[in-house]
Amino acid sequence: MTDPLWMVGIKAFLVVFGLLTAFAYMTLIERRLLARFQVRWGPNRVGPMGLLQPLADAIKSILKEDIVPTKADKVVFVLAPVIAITFALVGFGLIPFGPKGAFFGFDPWVINLDVGILYLFAVSEMAVYGIFLAGWASNSKYSLLGSLRSSAALISYELALGMSLLAPVMLVGSLNLQDIVEWQDKHVWLILPMFPAFVLFTIASMAEAARTPFDLPEAEQELVGGYSTEYASIKWALFQMAEYVHLITASALIPTIYLGGWKMPGFIPDIPYLWMFLKIALFLFFFIWIRATWFRLRYDQLMRFGWGRLFPAALVWFLVVAFYVALNGGKA
Amino acid sequence: MLKEPIRPDDELHSKTSFGTDIQGAPELKSEIMTLNVGPQHPSTHGVLRVVVDLSGEQILRLTPHIGYLHTGFEKNMENRTYTQCITYTPRMDYLHSFAHDLAYALAVEKLVGAEVPPRAQVIRVMLNELSRIASHLVFLGTGLLDFGALTPFFYAFREREALLDLFEWVSGQRFHHNYIRVGGLKEDLPEEFLSEVKKFLAVMPHRIDEYEKLFRESPIFYERAKGVAVIPAEDAINLSLTGGSLRASGVNYDVRKAYPYAGYESYSFDVPVLQGGDVYDRMVIRILEMRESVKIIRQAVERLEGLGPGPIRDPNPQVSLPPRELLETSMEAVIYHFKLVTEGFHPALGEVYVPTESARGELGYYIVSDGGSMPYRVKVRAPSFVNLQSLSYACKGVQVADMVAVIASLDPVMGDVDR
Repeated sequence: MTDPLWMVGIKAFLVVFGLLTAFAYMTLIERRLLARFQVRWGPNRVGPMGLLQPLADAIKSILKEDIVPTKADKVVFVLAPVIAITFALVGFGLIPFGPKGAFFGFDPWVINLDVGILYLFAVSEMAVYGIFLAGWASNSKYSLLGSLRSSAALISYELALGMSLLAPVMLVGSLNLQDIVEWQDKHVWLILPMFPAFVLFTIASMAEAARTPFDLPEAEQELVGGYSTEYASIKWALFQMAEYVHLITASALIPTIYLGGWKMPGFIPDIPYLWMFLKIALFLFFFIWIRATWFRLRYDQLMRFGWGRLFPAALVWFLVVAFYVALNGGKA
Repeated sequence: MLKEPIRPDDELHSKTSFGTDIQGAPELKSEIMTLNVGPQHPSTHGVLRVVVDLSGEQILRLTPHIGYLHTGFEKNMENRTYTQCITYTPRMDYLHSFAHDLAYALAVEKLVGAEVPPRAQVIRVMLNELSRIASHLVFLGTGLLDFGALTPFFYAFREREALLDLFEWVSGQRFHHNYIRVGGLKEDLPEEFLSEVKKFLAVMPHRIDEYEKLFRESPIFYERAKGVAVIPAEDAINLSLTGGSLRASGVNYDVRKAYPYAGYESYSFDVPVLQGGDVYDRMVIRILEMRESVKIIRQAVERLEGLGPGPIRDPNPQVSLPPRELLETSMEAVIYHFKLVTEGFHPALGEVYVPTESARGELGYYIVSDGGSMPYRVKVRAPSFVNLQSLSYACKGVQVADMVAVIASLDPVMGDVDR
């Protein structure tokens, strides 16, 4: 039984709204946490504990002068951030937050696709277009270098990402996220049998969201702003949004596939929403922690790591799981 | 001369097209991209502008352009008395400004033959080393920032802030201290100053260990910095590289040991020398140098406590102002005071060059006196300026991402470069 279309629309709106709010507060939380790691206070002036800071940032970025460089390709220049944010937002709707009917009698997900993981891949792969077109249309050398870096890195990490996801998918025998959650509830969290895939997927997700140590596209030390160097005002903010939404989606996808989704094992009650939010928060914290601690890899090292280590490791693990599943007659 | 002169044109032509291995495949054309970095750029450590020719992300040629911070300090000093010149010296290298104060004072003292009392000598050494640590902290913080690590920057600035508080306490200024005078110091240390320095000394060694852990054991940092932009010892000498960058290339040359000044010969400390000559060793050697500086400061504090109160200026009234209370009783003191304030002292005809070791390398003041109360010519041998000429040599063939790391590892201060 699926929800009526009007309900899907409402839920889609809620997800977009929720993601954008989450982005706004993610920036604040990240800044506050980074500050804690770095023996300082962080933004704490606007509102109590700086809680209104995202609002102030939003007002600022909307009111700033919106500059389009004279020699830029104007249509593509405006289109690029829109592409980036659109494809960042459409992936999240698949994540289940509870059992059927947990959302006021409706399903706590926007849509349930049997090819869920495939769909997620497709839209996250599209993100590269936003970045690449931005760099291309800006007609600036910094932007071009930044966008080339990102595109190359994204494509090489996409492979490892896919390979590391195929292994659990083979074991479960479904691309549907709900089925994966159910399977984990019946058997065991996939992190235990699939630990290598979990590690590989987490690393590849960091690269996907362009976080330290893979934040080359916006390596401000050498490339100023990377692909978004020429962007200002709300268009720049859209790129930021896209990046954080990617991060949030990754933080939701990892627990869904490897950590039992919205369910908890054994005697712990399965509370819809709560466990999922906690798991997402855990991974977001982990990503911020990494950012405060690590150095940035160099472009060629990143590529070598992606193609030379991550991809072969994912491939080997994929083959191991494939043999296991084949020997068990196609069943886990 | 360099072993391998940079001949960019040949190289540019040889790299404009990829070789074709496949029979019949069309030759791929590629272009050299000329990228302008700076003078306003997040990581050029001031207003340095470099123009790089890139093949992909690899640097084929790098041309530094300097002069954006040229202020004419040296020329201005020709129109100021020797005492007034001290206002200019710390503004050149604003990170290790005691080194400039000290080098200038030493040069003028040599010119006029002033004697610096022992207490003043020890205070000078102590402050100079504290300032060296502050400078190295900035180097480490901003240098690691160029590798994408945000956190060490704030940690380093925490300790630097403590040091700047000390400097402000002693001289009234955080950056441009103007505390050292020809023939001594402006005034004695404030009370309790030594105990504050001791508190700092108690904390600092642990903090240095902490910083070392933050990057030296990081595999990513090792991967990024080891073997990058190697300057072999011979080329380092030919490029007149000095300071930590030279010692990271395996040359044991420290002016404090080679041509001791300000009593450095009487302190026991080692000169760390590393052999790699790459970015990694240039970063690590600053950590080791901070440890040696802590040693020197510790000895200086002990000495100051042993010395007790004493004069901090050359008593010669022709060089330093007479004590305030003498002005009411001694006519001669009033005359000297009047002469010094209105026209300053007159060194004998001659010229002098005094080399010192700043945090960046050999810092020398060359001063020519025509017998007047103002220097005829001042020329600063600024380590940042001379070290910067290694940049295009070191950056040849490295990735553009490493360029900022190489700039950071050579530790230029643009005020020191352009003056």
